[in-house]
Amino acid sequence: MLTRVVRVGRRLWTAWDADRGGTVLLVLLAGVAIAVPALNQLAPASSALHLSTYSLSLIGKYLCYAMLALALDLVWGYGGILSLGHAAFFALGGYAMGMYLMRQIGSRGVYGDPILPDFMVFLNWQKLPWFWVGFNHFWFALLVIAALPALLALLFGWFAFRSRVTGVYFSIMTQALSYALMLAFFRNDMGFGGNNGFTDFKDILGFDLHEDGTRVMLVVVTAAALAASYLACRAIVGSRAGRLFRAIRDAESRARFLGYRVESYKLWVFVFSAVLAGIAGALYVPQVGIINPGEFAPINSIEAVIWVAVGGRGTLFGAAAGAVLVNYAKTYFTGALPELWLYALGALFVLVTLFLPRGLVGLGASRRRAVQAGAAAPVIWALGSHVGVSLGSKLK
Amino acid sequence: MLGTELQVERRRLLDRTERSGRRARPNGALWLPSLLLALVVFAPHALAQSRDEEFLAVLGELGDASFLDKEHIVERLSRSGHPSTRAVLTAFLEDRLYVRAKDRKIVIVKSMDDGVAPFDLVDPVSLQDAGSGARDEVTRIGTNNRLRKLLKTTVARFDLSSPDPAVKLAAVQEMLRDLDQASIALLGGRAGVETDAAVKEEIETGLALAALDGGDPRARLDAVATLARRLRPQVRNRLAGVLEKGADGNFVEPDEKVRQAAAAAVRRIDRSRALYAGVETLFFGLSVGSVLVLVAIGLAITFGVMGVINMAHGELMMLGAYTTYVVQLAMPRHIGLSILVAIPAAFLVAGLAGVIVERTIIRFLYGRPLETLLATFGVSLVLQQSVRSLFSANNRSVETPPWMSGTLQLNDALAITFNRLYIVIFTLIVFAILLVVLKRTRLGLDIRAVSQNRAMAQAMGIRTGWVDAMTFGLGSGIAGIAGVALSQFTNVGPNLGQAYIIDSFMVVVFGGVGNLWGTLVGGMSMGVVNQLLEPYAGAVLAKIFVLVALILFIQRWPRGLFPQTGRAAESQ
Amino acid sequence: MIRPPDLPSPGKILTLDDVTVSFDGFKALDGLTLSVDRGELRCIIGPNGAGKTTMMDVVTGKTRPDHGSAWFAEDVDLLALSEPEIAQAGIGRKFQKPTVFESLTVFENLELAIWGDKSFWKDLVARLTRAERRHIDDILDVTGLTTERAALAGTLSHGQKQWLEIGMLLMQEPELLLVDEPVAGMTPDETHRTAELLLSLAAEHSLIVVEHDMDFVRSIARRVTVLHEGRVLADGDMGRVQNDPLVVEVYLGA
Ligand SMILES: Nc1ncnc2c1ncn2[C@@H]1O[C@H](COP(=O)(O)OP(=O)(O)O)[C@@H](O)[C@H]1O
Ligand SMILES: [Mg+2]
Repeated sequence: MLTRVVRVGRRLWTAWDADRGGTVLLVLLAGVAIAVPALNQLAPASSALHLSTYSLSLIGKYLCYAMLALALDLVWGYGGILSLGHAAFFALGGYAMGMYLMRQIGSRGVYGDPILPDFMVFLNWQKLPWFWVGFNHFWFALLVIAALPALLALLFGWFAFRSRVTGVYFSIMTQALSYALMLAFFRNDMGFGGNNGFTDFKDILGFDLHEDGTRVMLVVVTAAALAASYLACRAIVGSRAGRLFRAIRDAESRARFLGYRVESYKLWVFVFSAVLAGIAGALYVPQVGIINPGEFAPINSIEAVIWVAVGGRGTLFGAAAGAVLVNYAKTYFTGALPELWLYALGALFVLVTLFLPRGLVGLGASRRRAVQAGAAAPVIWALGSHVGVSLGSKLK
Repeated sequence: MLGTELQVERRRLLDRTERSGRRARPNGALWLPSLLLALVVFAPHALAQSRDEEFLAVLGELGDASFLDKEHIVERLSRSGHPSTRAVLTAFLEDRLYVRAKDRKIVIVKSMDDGVAPFDLVDPVSLQDAGSGARDEVTRIGTNNRLRKLLKTTVARFDLSSPDPAVKLAAVQEMLRDLDQASIALLGGRAGVETDAAVKEEIETGLALAALDGGDPRARLDAVATLARRLRPQVRNRLAGVLEKGADGNFVEPDEKVRQAAAAAVRRIDRSRALYAGVETLFFGLSVGSVLVLVAIGLAITFGVMGVINMAHGELMMLGAYTTYVVQLAMPRHIGLSILVAIPAAFLVAGLAGVIVERTIIRFLYGRPLETLLATFGVSLVLQQSVRSLFSANNRSVETPPWMSGTLQLNDALAITFNRLYIVIFTLIVFAILLVVLKRTRLGLDIRAVSQNRAMAQAMGIRTGWVDAMTFGLGSGIAGIAGVALSQFTNVGPNLGQAYIIDSFMVVVFGGVGNLWGTLVGGMSMGVVNQLLEPYAGAVLAKIFVLVALILFIQRWPRGLFPQTGRAAESQ
Repeated sequence: MIRPPDLPSPGKILTLDDVTVSFDGFKALDGLTLSVDRGELRCIIGPNGAGKTTMMDVVTGKTRPDHGSAWFAEDVDLLALSEPEIAQAGIGRKFQKPTVFESLTVFENLELAIWGDKSFWKDLVARLTRAERRHIDDILDVTGLTTERAALAGTLSHGQKQWLEIGMLLMQEPELLLVDEPVAGMTPDETHRTAELLLSLAAEHSLIVVEHDMDFVRSIARRVTVLHEGRVLADGDMGRVQNDPLVVEVYLGA
């Protein structure tokens, strides 16, 4: 029994030691999953601790962005593949979810058509287009949420990686891709609501989206999804495939001459990353209550890049933290000093690239290294590990 | 969304130029009075006076004449030889001839509208302003169909004998719109004496159109032969009418030969029109392509030569466009000149901005293109917001100088708007200058040296820092110049740059990075393809097609149309 | 795969026949014909720009020749294979400029070089076996990088990177090793050890070594081929080549 406890404790310790940032992230997410329901549902509305509906949707939004950042960091931070098309994957996932939510409205729309969403009635459409069929089922929507970004990433990536489109070319192409998609979704006759996109959602799986209870659940689900994505990304990065993915960034030709078909490594990670982005988008839509073609805008992709850069590329938890931090700043600025936000964001881009190439995590790491370089640090370190080890052996 | 805006803007622009084109065409109604006015000033004074009196007297009779009387009066007036005759008759035709109740004097009303404000009056003899009159103080001199026909013919006859070919041409064209016996007779009389080729051709067209209705098959055949060489839709439709069957099931045209000739003529006209339509599409495409080349060519330098992904390129163009706006504010009386001043000004403003960005940010990032992408994107946000703070978020209106509006009507099937023509020429000039700078100057040599081997260039005493700043400044300055051109085509607002940045990159990548000729060919062909697709797919879809086609193209040929070869290219 | 019609004498590990590569009209290889026996250690020398690296590019699939043919072990048509396929077939290459995965540790570098079936899905769940670990340890030992096993490859010295790259080649267990300027940037001692290593390999493997350092070449060479302007200028044992007047003129100097 005791040895069992010790063994688990040891394993926990090694896990913590191997990935402190990630562990902090997971603990924080667990905290969110516990605190958010408590503060919203249990704290009385009058108390200072009460979490408002507005805060709920903000937290949900940040978590979705963190997931997008995670997805981007996986390909950029580890593989050096700067995708400026992740906003498109995010938006595609969001649209798939939006289609489900639109069908859920049923006859409660303004025009009261039991099948056709309002905008179709408005455009005088008689029949549901074929690509809307099936979206009345949640499972179908889930399938599409993952499959659509995956398919696009597979197609695009297959061509691009095979022809060795790399570096900035890849960035420019992905940017053009999401731009083209944006133009397409703006068109009314595409069947996705044109300019206005989808909004006025009523409920999801029968739960009223205007209820705090539903929103709390969404936040909890998002936190869980983020935690799961984190673990999945960490598993990939820690695998031999992940190491090769990093290796490709350093010396692609070396990897080739070792006998690796590097395209397929890039492709699968890219596809996985696109799926994550799509899921993030799907979770985002019910929480913010709208999806429109603006989500495809290239600037969204680039903004996501800066979240990752601020947090620290190549550190998964850093990317997630960066997304939350930058977006918190954005919420604050656009509320308090709207004119200053773009200046601040612009300055952030410049300063981070010039002075913080490894982001805030890098800053923390070099600070720690600096401390370690000091005389006291190794001693403390040694003492600490000694205590740890002896404690471990005593308990055994 | 940006693209859509762009297309809408392009549409609007087209409309604008077409409208102004029409405006710019000579207008007989206004033109002639001023000419005649000049004649009046120089005419012998005494003679003029007696003639004035006589004219006024005849005119005065209009006050209470019957329609038949009015016809006689019109004929007498037309023989009077008085310089104001045409203006008076035109006013009569346009229902602007009135009689004033209090003194029975005839007056011309300057313009007709539905308001209640008093009319501005013009004296029919001197054609000078004659104060104003309340609407109930004057009575219109009525016309009927017959009278209007007579007036039309009479005015046309006046114009036909004008010394100015443009006036004559306009008159004939006006007559062709609605041919009647009188005007056919008039044209017939004029055909023999007319010397101006264009007018003569127009008269022949009219006579041939009339002859198609004549009884003589030979004359009809000749008419068809004449008309076959015309391009106007009216002529084509008239010839097509010859081939139709009447209500009784028989051909309208009884003569088989004439019908065959007409069918051949219709085919010929259709072919020519299709050809010219193709030429027009090509030209439109080239002009759209010129805009693309212009916006991309600065990037071809910063990206192609220096390897910097300058996301602020669009905002440098925006600076150029705003410079144009400011220059126009500074010289509101010289809009025509303002553009010419704005070009160097925009080059300096954007170029300076570029140098500052290069010295403070980019120089620390050489060899790390993805980082330059992020940093310059930050710069673009700051520039956008500065412009918003300085000039507000609303679009500013930049005026088009008069010499840039108007249309060059090459023939009935092909018209070229001047602004499109100028943009093509302008782009080629900028391109040529750039080529010369890069190939023939010391700076160009240094730029190429640094881009090929930085370390070696440095070792040979080239101040690479200075060259970098100048290169980036050059690329940025050209972006500024592109901004001047864009200010003539699209809304000048803080988002101007964003609308073009993706296009610019696509042009450079498509053409082949590091190759100016590639940018030229790439931009032009993108413009033409876009224009070819537009009629079938619509503007937005055409754009999407072009983007997707480019994405596919790059997958197949990752280094563009004109790839750079060698190890330098591979290490990039 | 079809065997070449005029079958060369058996036991050839590599056969290049009339290989021509041109860049914008400039012929980097000009009808190069060359063959290497199984188990041979062949040195290739020649002035800068002679086409030595380009020859390796052709063999490893990086550059496709305009015409000519390249056969590996007499029955593998190299021109029909991609780079990874060629590597899998048993050709390993060390670049002129040391190329290792700088952000991975030395150990991880070697791990990725393990010979075997390589696919994303397998590598997602792959675990090092005990035998593989021992193999890596051996290679670390051979290349003298044992103490650096946990260091990031990017922090190694130039010579150590060369060694690491050679170590990766060994992990790959290729039949034919192409080694481009292995001792550039090495200390005399390291150079000496490299020579020993290459010599020890020559028994089981076939090697093609490109090198400028004539002392080094002399210390390992059995047979030397001199390339010049994309073709073979001279061929034979070291002594003969060294005294070839043409070689002296274009390469060795008087
Ligand atoms: N990708 C390339 N593009 C253009 N020229 C090349 C390329 N690769 C090699 N060359 C040229 O081919 C010639 C042979 O180069 P290389 O094989 O590297 O010579 P070596 O390795 O013998 O010094 C050189 O002149 C070099 O400039
Ligand atoms: Mg070489």
